[in-house]
Amino acid sequence: MMRNSLSKFGQGIKLPGLSFLLAFTLTGLIIAISDAKVLAKISSPFEFIKSAGAAVGNAYLALFQGSVFDVNLTKGHSFLQGFYPLSETIVTATPLILTGLSVALAFKSGLFNIGAQGQFIFGAIGASYVGFHFQLPIGIHILAAAFAGALCAAIWGGIVGLLKAKTGAHEVILTIMMNYIASYFILWILKTKQFLRPGRIDPIAPEVNENARLPLLAGDNFRINIGIFIALGAALFVWWLLTKTTVGFKFRAVGANSQAARTAGISVPFVITSTMMICGALAGLGGAVHVLGSEHALNADIAGSFGFDAITVALLGRAQPLGTVFAALLFGALHAGGRTMQSSTGVPLDIVLVTQALIVLFIAAPTFVRYIFRLKKLNSSASLTSKGWNG
Amino acid sequence: MSEIRSNIQKRRLRGVSVISALSVLSLIFFGFVSPGKDKTTFGFVLNNEWVILKEWVIAAATGARIFSLISVIASLFAILAYRKRAQIIVPVAFATFGIFMSFITWAASGKFIPFTGLLQGALLLAVPLVFGSMSGLICERSGVINIAIEGQLLASAFVSGVVASLTHKTIWGLIAAPIAGAAISFLLATFSIKFSVDQVILGFVLNVLVIGLTDFLYKKLLVPYQATWNTAPTFGHIDIPILSKLPILGPILFSQSVVVYLMFAIVATITFALFKTKWGLRTRAIGEHPTAADTVGIDVNKLRFKNVMIAGLIAGVGGAYYTVGSVGAFGKEMTAGAGFIALAALIFGKWSPLGAVFAALLFGFADNLQSTLTIIGVSIPSEFMLMVPYIATIIAVTGLVGRVRAPAADGVPYQRGGAH
Repeated sequence: MMRNSLSKFGQGIKLPGLSFLLAFTLTGLIIAISDAKVLAKISSPFEFIKSAGAAVGNAYLALFQGSVFDVNLTKGHSFLQGFYPLSETIVTATPLILTGLSVALAFKSGLFNIGAQGQFIFGAIGASYVGFHFQLPIGIHILAAAFAGALCAAIWGGIVGLLKAKTGAHEVILTIMMNYIASYFILWILKTKQFLRPGRIDPIAPEVNENARLPLLAGDNFRINIGIFIALGAALFVWWLLTKTTVGFKFRAVGANSQAARTAGISVPFVITSTMMICGALAGLGGAVHVLGSEHALNADIAGSFGFDAITVALLGRAQPLGTVFAALLFGALHAGGRTMQSSTGVPLDIVLVTQALIVLFIAAPTFVRYIFRLKKLNSSASLTSKGWNG
Repeated sequence: MSEIRSNIQKRRLRGVSVISALSVLSLIFFGFVSPGKDKTTFGFVLNNEWVILKEWVIAAATGARIFSLISVIASLFAILAYRKRAQIIVPVAFATFGIFMSFITWAASGKFIPFTGLLQGALLLAVPLVFGSMSGLICERSGVINIAIEGQLLASAFVSGVVASLTHKTIWGLIAAPIAGAAISFLLATFSIKFSVDQVILGFVLNVLVIGLTDFLYKKLLVPYQATWNTAPTFGHIDIPILSKLPILGPILFSQSVVVYLMFAIVATITFALFKTKWGLRTRAIGEHPTAADTVGIDVNKLRFKNVMIAGLIAGVGGAYYTVGSVGAFGKEMTAGAGFIALAALIFGKWSPLGAVFAALLFGFADNLQSTLTIIGVSIPSEFMLMVPYIATIIAVTGLVGRVRAPAADGVPYQRGGAH
């Protein structure tokens, strides 16, 4: 029994493991062959391989030091200071968990939500406005700001759901368009009198009030805040919703087969609209947590690529709440580490995107991984699918 | 049958109501509630073409009223057509034109609008969109969803810029670009056809991959070694004799770089090939009903693979437009989402070549109108103008324009003896 489940577990992580191996190997190759110092030694194969190995090794070491633990940071400080990178990883991962859950939940209902970016923006706008405009007591202010963010984004996401439910327009196109509209909307709103910080002409909103900021968890030296618990709570909520409630069952039924669900008496338009609203609220909460937890002020680039990375996060997490949390932590680590890698070894941060894309590509193509490693059979649960334009 | 008919009528009714309402609103708002107080000047001369009319000056209020009236009359024709259960597209087009012109006349009160330049700029902004949507068209007509247009454009823009910089020759840039586009297509085709990966997810991942790679190489090579890696020369304009002298049309259509002429040729070829050749018939067959195509002896997956590769070549030429076709140097993420707009143009254009070109031109026009109005200093926030193409797309895909239906087997991997 024990051996059986162990081997099952081994099978289960074989595919992700091999995908990671493949992705990091390819990334390493790219880092090596784009390095001028390595290329200079191309005439002697031994030196070439040695310097290539050194370049890749240094880059990956910096990636680790920037995301988990850096012994250099402990000099002259306490040992704990060495974990500053881990705190950065978690701070980066927090919004990613929430946006990732937004995409993952949509997948469960058979929807491909590319709109987390726009929903994140509206969440950030809503939270920021309540955060700086009102004076509320401790605790209540955070709740109000986070709620405002989630609500704005739920409406923004709900529009997509409603349009799809009413007209059958495809959510991929709708959400892509809504992302653009949101990104111009934030540029505009930052120029308005309500949002422009007094005395500034560049697009930045006033800082949110002290009461609206998420409390720090490990003192002033670390940016880690209670946002991570909000994100984990949201993951728990999504898990509960999907597995323990009737609504969640309806979501999954429509996701599995909308025709059959309709025949069984489930209202597909209701599922689509409510899914998109909850997805919006989740991504919007991500925006709220990002503003209230680490940024404190709304700016034009507030969303970064949280909404887009969310898609790779959800895909890597196979649209499971727990998987999404781990995937977000991994990508958070890649981003945080990538910043250190860029500053200390000169390898541009953007390589992280390549790694991310490769991991997801290989995870989505189990037959390809099997083909590369000449494996006969690889246990893998059915890979994620979206629905074509007519779906 | 009657149900299909009534569905069409329902959509027409929606279209007619919206366009009539907009026409009346435009007449009321631009013509009477807040009329322009000054004169609007339209300029019609750009280069050294023959001159019929150099400028046209009209009081903004009068102009807006006239154009709105045109759109109201066109709306009446649309209502008539609807009641006769006929096509409403022509009167709706006229009405849209009237509303647009009314808006421009109103917005540019007291200003000078370079009309020819506005249209020329629109065409230029539409060039990569047209190439991108043609790439999407060929893929999707064969049953493969192509979300990776953005990646194809960006990769080929990068490669053509680098190759042209290294060789100091524009032509090598133009030759290398389609190869880069085809390389992305190769990944799309291999993973979607051979390994049956979900095409929407795959396309998305390929975009991320290309954005990551080009950003990485841009910072690693193009910025530090700019002199060797990122100084691509550009194609000059070729004036076609006589035609380039035509008023208005000349500078817009016949005084362009070779990439733009290639675009005309490619659009014409695709339109012809898709509907008049054996290849076109087979392509449409594998996109609509691959099983039927298979039974008559068409190798579905082989043709799909081939077509996806062709699509990559076409998108590649569009990518070259960004570098050797216009500004020369490559810029980080310089395609800025054009691939997604191209995709929208394809859907807006109902998966037909000319429809997609028309939609791309419309997006180009909206984009250029926005920058023109910003330059001449109109008091509408430019951000709202920038939203217009995206809002228009949403209106289009939610069924206002008519029935939008993708090829039936679009996005469905084909396996012999499978469910499809």
